[in-house]
Amino acid sequence: MEQYLIPILTNILLALVPLVFVLVYALVTIYVEMKMAAHIQNRLAYMRTGWHGVLQPIADMLKLLQKEDTIPTVANKGLFILAPYVVFTGTYAAFAVIPFSSAYVGSNIDLGAFYLLGVSALVVVGILMGGWAANSKWTLYGGVRSAAQVISYEIPSAFVILAVVMVTGSMNFSVISKFQEGGIQNWLILGGAFPLAKKLALIPFMLIMFLIYYVSSMAESNRNPFDLPEAESELVQGYNTEYSGMKFAMFYLAEYANLFIVSAVVTFLFFGGWTSPLGAMASGPWWDAFWFVTKCMVFVVLNIWLRWTLPRFRVDQLMYMSWKVLTPFAIACVLAVGLILVW
Amino acid sequence: MTESTTTQTTTSSGRTLRTEEMIINMGPQHPATHGVLRLELVVDGEIVQEVIPHIGYLHRCFEKHCEHMTNYQQVIPYVDRMDYCAAMNNEFAYVVAAERLLKIEVPERVQYIRVIMAELNRIASHLIAVGTYGIDIGAFTPFLYCFIDREMILDLFEMTCGARLLYNYMWIGGLSHDLPPEFIPKAKEFCRYYKKRIEEFNNLLTFNEIFVKRTASVGVLPKDVATNYGCTGPMLRGSGVDWDLRRDDPYSVYNKIEWDVCVGKGEVGTVGDCWDRHIVRMREMEQSLRIIEQAIAQLPEGNVQAAIPKRIRPNPGEVYARTESPRGELGFYIVSDGTATPYRVKGRAPAFSNLSVIGEISRGAMIADMIAIAGSTDIVLGEVDR
Repeated sequence: MEQYLIPILTNILLALVPLVFVLVYALVTIYVEMKMAAHIQNRLAYMRTGWHGVLQPIADMLKLLQKEDTIPTVANKGLFILAPYVVFTGTYAAFAVIPFSSAYVGSNIDLGAFYLLGVSALVVVGILMGGWAANSKWTLYGGVRSAAQVISYEIPSAFVILAVVMVTGSMNFSVISKFQEGGIQNWLILGGAFPLAKKLALIPFMLIMFLIYYVSSMAESNRNPFDLPEAESELVQGYNTEYSGMKFAMFYLAEYANLFIVSAVVTFLFFGGWTSPLGAMASGPWWDAFWFVTKCMVFVVLNIWLRWTLPRFRVDQLMYMSWKVLTPFAIACVLAVGLILVW
Repeated sequence: MTESTTTQTTTSSGRTLRTEEMIINMGPQHPATHGVLRLELVVDGEIVQEVIPHIGYLHRCFEKHCEHMTNYQQVIPYVDRMDYCAAMNNEFAYVVAAERLLKIEVPERVQYIRVIMAELNRIASHLIAVGTYGIDIGAFTPFLYCFIDREMILDLFEMTCGARLLYNYMWIGGLSHDLPPEFIPKAKEFCRYYKKRIEEFNNLLTFNEIFVKRTASVGVLPKDVATNYGCTGPMLRGSGVDWDLRRDDPYSVYNKIEWDVCVGKGEVGTVGDCWDRHIVRMREMEQSLRIIEQAIAQLPEGNVQAAIPKRIRPNPGEVYARTESPRGELGFYIVSDGTATPYRVKGRAPAFSNLSVIGEISRGAMIADMIAIAGSTDIVLGEVDR
């Protein structure tokens, strides 16, 4: 009995690490986002709950917990209740293959990147479910838009991941990270750990692929300028219009968690994952975790900055960009990277 | 209510499916309808087939109220509440009409102060228009930039007459208060400050690539359609019609001031698209600054309450006076029967005519375009419904 119990308990504990991380990270990011938005817009944001409002995200969370959990009478009750949890499961499951440092990874499987693409697609199912089950025309629009958008943008991002996997020879994010060890000059955005000629040939493609992936990731996380599924001025609040209380909080949490996931993937693919930019200096399990989270937060902050600066695309422009701009370029990059590797 | 059309579609496997256009209600509590407007949309997926505006949610019987006032002055606070974004301009139109009915001349100083106030309010009103237009297109930040600047104008109004939104400042024959001494330096400072802000705003929103993509060649309002529907103001000028009542039917002292009328030229798309209407508003704000600066420079001394009549009892007759409000031709038609109460007051609201064209220009557009078009008409429901 005991020989089963201990591994199971260990696994549960290991699986809880990202959950704790996500909760803390979400609170921090909500605060950062609100403060950044406020400063971009020349105002102050939270100032009253604690020092400069640092306790406000916690207060917000408590408020959401207490709120009445309304379910529209015309809604499809089962799907309506299930949807936020499906969305959150899809996002949270992706954390399994994210190595936070050289010492910690939830599941060190070789198909990491592949698995991540697969489970993130589950989010669409949840959003579509929520949008449909609420039985409102606005939420239906949000759900359908979201499905079209996320599926379209998964294609260029999958191609970019494919190209990087070709370079590093593995789908395991730990291996991809290790490949870029040895300092900033070995990061894939700067051509990776290759001889100089090869490096120089790779750099332009890596830059293009980084842009492609970053744009697609913004679209996949449904944030401005690609926030069409929840476009306030068009669709009221999109797929989560009818949600309140804890279910709404789940959507919210999933959105922020998803933001972290896509930032983490950018970090792994191009910016050395958990490796230190200083080479052997400042490395080790704790330092790795520090570098990883710092790099991810840079991209999260960049995303927030863009969100509060840019207007929103239109549906057809969004589709045009995915299918006629990003996808062909991504395919071309995969080809070029392949040729460079063979050469 | 419109009937949605039903069509039969055959799938590749040979099954026939019944497809139907969807009717969807946008408003009266929708974030993009700028108040209590209900738009009934007939949509085919994302494509809008038909838009039917339903108005009247903010109807307050303005015109009927006017017939039951004890005198002509009491109408002014009601006029304020028509286009609450530009109350000064509304008062201006009403007092010009009433003064023409009474055939009185008002002192020069009053004229100039009225022009300064009306142009300041025009800027404040356009700030709301372009700011909320940013929100409609999905950019939230420009809106708050606009409100910071609008706040300075409201401060100027507050120091003059104590009110920030609905002023009751222009009276028939005069003004409720003279300008306080600190007004002129503050207004000059605002003009200097705001010129730079317009540039900053244009960089942030007007020339933003995504914004241009969203608004260029969207909701094109051709010249003839604009004139046929009675569109006025930035809507008409956006379509390339060079028509501004301040120049073409001058009232007050506008003929003593130099400024340009801005028209849409289709710089990034077609003449009369949403972007043209937006840029006309942006450029009009610059021109308003020019007007304010000149008016301040020419401002004569005098008493602002000298010409206010003790009792208003116009001879039987009627008058129609029209002015250029931020939204277009705002006119008041007043009929007097010789008593102290107006026999009839009719307001010609520009937003009402501008709104009527929505159905025409958004047919076949996408839902997001529809929002962009509705936003570019810059309606104020208080004025539409009165």
